[in-house]
Amino acid sequence: MSSLIIAEHDNVEIKPSTLNTVTAATALGDSADLLVAGKDCGAVAEHGAKISGIRRVWLIDKPEYEHQLAESMAPLIADIARNYSHVLAPSSTFGKNILPRAAALLDVQQISDIVAVESDDRFVRPIYAGNAMATVRSTDSVKVITVRTTAFKAAEMTGTATQETYPGKGDSKLSGFLKRESSKSERPELTAAKVIVSGGRGMQNGENFVLLEALADKLGAAVGASRAAVDAGFVPNDYQVGQTGKIVAPELYIAVGISGAIQHLAGMKDSKVIVAINKDEDAPIFQIADYGVVGDLFKVVPELTEALDK
Amino acid sequence: MKVLVAVKRVIDYNVKIRVKTDGSGIETSNVKMSMNPFDEIAVEEAIRLKEAGRVNEIVVVSIGAQQCQETLRTAFAMGADRGIHVLTEKTLEPLAVSKLLKEIVQIENPDLVVLGKQAIDDDSNQCAQILAGLLDWGQGTFASRLDLVDGKIEVTREVDGGLETLWLAMPAIISTDLRLNEPRYASLPNIMKAKKKPIDQKTPEDYGVDITPRLDILKVENPPSRAAGIKVANVNELVTKLRDEAGVI
Repeated sequence: MSSLIIAEHDNVEIKPSTLNTVTAATALGDSADLLVAGKDCGAVAEHGAKISGIRRVWLIDKPEYEHQLAESMAPLIADIARNYSHVLAPSSTFGKNILPRAAALLDVQQISDIVAVESDDRFVRPIYAGNAMATVRSTDSVKVITVRTTAFKAAEMTGTATQETYPGKGDSKLSGFLKRESSKSERPELTAAKVIVSGGRGMQNGENFVLLEALADKLGAAVGASRAAVDAGFVPNDYQVGQTGKIVAPELYIAVGISGAIQHLAGMKDSKVIVAINKDEDAPIFQIADYGVVGDLFKVVPELTEALDK
Repeated sequence: MKVLVAVKRVIDYNVKIRVKTDGSGIETSNVKMSMNPFDEIAVEEAIRLKEAGRVNEIVVVSIGAQQCQETLRTAFAMGADRGIHVLTEKTLEPLAVSKLLKEIVQIENPDLVVLGKQAIDDDSNQCAQILAGLLDWGQGTFASRLDLVDGKIEVTREVDGGLETLWLAMPAIISTDLRLNEPRYASLPNIMKAKKKPIDQKTPEDYGVDITPRLDILKVENPPSRAAGIKVANVNELVTKLRDEAGVI
């Protein structure tokens, strides 16, 4: 038995999501190898070789893998995967895009977004927006799995894996990259932040998010949002926390002007401590908040920002 | 050109689901069902392409119990032209669904297949990607914008950290994200007209597809519940609690 982990990276560095995925793979026992496919991504392979628990890094450095398009990546993964019992990737937009396609080529049923490993063929995953947990047993020869990164610790960086190059499979000619528009932020990444300050419809407009940014800067926090705030155009869509956005589990989650719909709770209810600030004392968010403040956010948030100075 | 849209009947997104006490699954009897919200967005996008004169036929497919025909009728009332219902009472996994869709695609020869990015019941987020892999077509997952340019598809995708735009050769598979469009409501006259639109009923056997599940569901449980919290009187008390009791700031 051995596992293959698909590294998420930007050709410069490994994304933290990969480290959580390695921990899930090492819970399966036995050895784990890392696949790094990209263009001019030698530094990524070097970095990957230092992850504890990784035995070998497969490096595929070819132009056709620069943007890690699913059409090129899936045949490559399926080709390498035949020598492994498990194939894992983070359940980020990267992993979700690529891995089911690779599973199709292997004729296996992928297991999405696992939160626990019970044995080499038994896994726990949330369904219905996290309102139920299903334990499933895979009967497939190769287990293809995406991993909910917030459910596993990040692997250490004390490893000494060997590196080997692997031949590519060529350009699929089915798709191509045109452009990327990145949301620039000086704050920590939402999925990796220890503290998150999130705003909802109650913020009323995008300008008012400066109140949350001021609070976030005091706490070294990331800023998130509910779907309502994103749909209303207050903030970009990659701020969205929830069933269909990002799944987060920080030490502290501060929900401001968020009512607490099922779909939002699905993305943050595993946070260690939840604080809700809402003027409606009957808002569902108070049912899961450890500490609730009933009041006008436009008064409470600046007060809180100021109180943190003391 | 022709568009194929796959729609799933799921428990309505507003329903607070209940786990069966024997741990075998979710209570579905006497629960409100509706079209998966992402699939509504897929139907809407197909209709908009038709209204823009880019598409002349929209075929909708649903796979599952007899009541899936209601879901097809909903798509008709929005503007889809005809339906295919694959009748089965068995548990369906994304791989099986995509294998059935592959057979249907090979018969219907659409230029574009549009699916929702995930169903809100099993939360798998797999069908579009599997189907694209089985057909060896390009895939534009989590689409928030779609355009047809010079015989190719330009698709903007919602990815972690921003947006990414790709081109796809046609035919291709698209999966819809929330911000692709705002689905329309069906008008009463259109609901009446929808009753006359044809549904072709099939079974998995008609397509020669083995739908045996690959995953055994061993148990379904409630998630661990959180201990009840407290309401604090003011900001100073909140800060004190966060510092001294929770130790998170």
